[in-house]
Amino acid sequence: MATSDRETVHRAPTLRPDLLALTEWIAPGERVLDLGCGDGVLLRHLIDTKGVVGYGIENDPARIVACIERGINVIQSDLDEGLADLQDGHFDHVIMSQALQAMHNTQGILREMLRVGREAIVSFPNFAFWKHRKSILEGRMPVSESLPHQWFNTPNVRFFTVADFTTLCSLLDIEVREWRGFDDQGRPVQEDLNFLAALAIARIGRAAP
Amino acid sequence: MKHPRSVGFVEAQKAHFDEPLPLKAGRVLPQYDLVYETYGTLNAARSNAVLVCHALSGSHHVAGVYRDDPHNVGWWDNLVGPGKPLDTEKFFVIGVNNLGGCFGSTGPVSINPATGKPWGADFPFVTVEDWVNAQARLADRLGIERFAAVIGGSLGGMQALSWSLQHPERVRHVLAIATAPKLSAQNIAFNEVARQAILSDPDFHGGNYYEHGVVPKQGLRLARMIGHITYLSDDAMAEKFGRALRHGITRYSYDTEFEIESYLRYQGDKFARFFDANTYLLTTRALDYYDPAADYGGDLAAALARAEAAFLVVAFTTDWRFSPARSREIVSALVHSGKDVCYAEIDSKAGHDSFLLEHPRYHAVLRAYFNRIEV
Repeated sequence: MATSDRETVHRAPTLRPDLLALTEWIAPGERVLDLGCGDGVLLRHLIDTKGVVGYGIENDPARIVACIERGINVIQSDLDEGLADLQDGHFDHVIMSQALQAMHNTQGILREMLRVGREAIVSFPNFAFWKHRKSILEGRMPVSESLPHQWFNTPNVRFFTVADFTTLCSLLDIEVREWRGFDDQGRPVQEDLNFLAALAIARIGRAAP
Repeated sequence: MKHPRSVGFVEAQKAHFDEPLPLKAGRVLPQYDLVYETYGTLNAARSNAVLVCHALSGSHHVAGVYRDDPHNVGWWDNLVGPGKPLDTEKFFVIGVNNLGGCFGSTGPVSINPATGKPWGADFPFVTVEDWVNAQARLADRLGIERFAAVIGGSLGGMQALSWSLQHPERVRHVLAIATAPKLSAQNIAFNEVARQAILSDPDFHGGNYYEHGVVPKQGLRLARMIGHITYLSDDAMAEKFGRALRHGITRYSYDTEFEIESYLRYQGDKFARFFDANTYLLTTRALDYYDPAADYGGDLAAALARAEAAFLVVAFTTDWRFSPARSREIVSALVHSGKDVCYAEIDSKAGHDSFLLEHPRYHAVLRAYFNRIEV
């Protein structure tokens, strides 16, 4: 039922930089939950490289079939309804890659991720990336690789920046433990993520009381 | 993808077992027969066997037709066959009529060797666990040490689940569809009304109606009518029947006025002609009693800890008999005990009956899952 090794090697280079980057935060054999796991490519990668016990949550029928074909544990569920079926602290890491901006219940899902997981990893398009700022200055909503949709057909419902996310985390007593950022060419960004990163990844946990 | 075909003509087979079968309720079945059908070919490694478990009214006749009865199509024929999601060119598929059944396996209608008369009311209570143990003996007989998969819907899903707990090393994949880890009070309530309909029929004669040459048809008919209400969703009933009148006008009578009444009566009459009332009683009781978490203080995750199989759980949005929430109980217990599990919730209008229908999304999920099973 496992995808063949050759297939995995073939796929690995096409993994998005944010997905490759967060892999380093995952220890071998961890229990991982991937929210909005899509076709399961990240979990496949984490299973093949880290031997994780992984589960994905997805609500799109075609993607669920894709996960099943890939041998990924996928559970159909609407994330906006929360993770009520899952016990506190069951997972080492709960991952949400590029899905938070498409969810209504932002605060609820962040709380839920840190209820069922020891840590969470959230990646999102940074709306304050300098090219997006330039686009707004020129009077147009940004459209780019990380924000590929037009304003009238975007699935995104929350538009926020690295700075905004940082503020929300402190409001929710969430600690941002580490950041990673990438520009629109997928190159790592070392400084001023809010200006230079098109895509940001945060490793978060509950702040010590 | 090849064009799906029927398995064609099939024949039922019978296996006789002389080794007594100890039953969960304490009694022992001294000897018994199991009727079964097989489709496809067992491979040399004996690694491609799939067991199909039937629900309340099902049988061993899962797919294909009989040469002398070409209209009697197997109850899951849309799933099982060459090129179908459960592809008989890859898998060796087995359907078994459960103990206590009325389609040829030993049941209340069979002759009790101790008395020379039909077992009737004296047929012992059988449980889901007993069925699984009997199925395991048939597997032994067929040379199958380990099933590639055990699949079932509704009560059949409970058997599939139970396989992974009773014989963890003998099943690689469990497909549990439109099922529940145990019945709710509401489920038991519907079963009880159905049973009371049978038990209070004057032709029931305490379960020994065979010797009186009668059948508690009225009771069985009512039981089936109640069952059918729970198999359909409110939406499906509204769409299929609405308030449509049988005769176009209101006649102010207790005869069939509404189309839904006509449907229920037709289903009830049809069922009462071929199904055995004692089997109905036994089977609904087996449903009531099933509760694998009972020995674990109600902790389903603890009960499932010994399973070695990977699981596919499927539920249907409009199924209120075994709602998606019941399937999610199984799924979260599997996640919490670290098992491999996939869960799909299919948008279907057809209620509990959906598991028997050829819904494209549903069958896409089953096809994908069966495709990934290596044999």
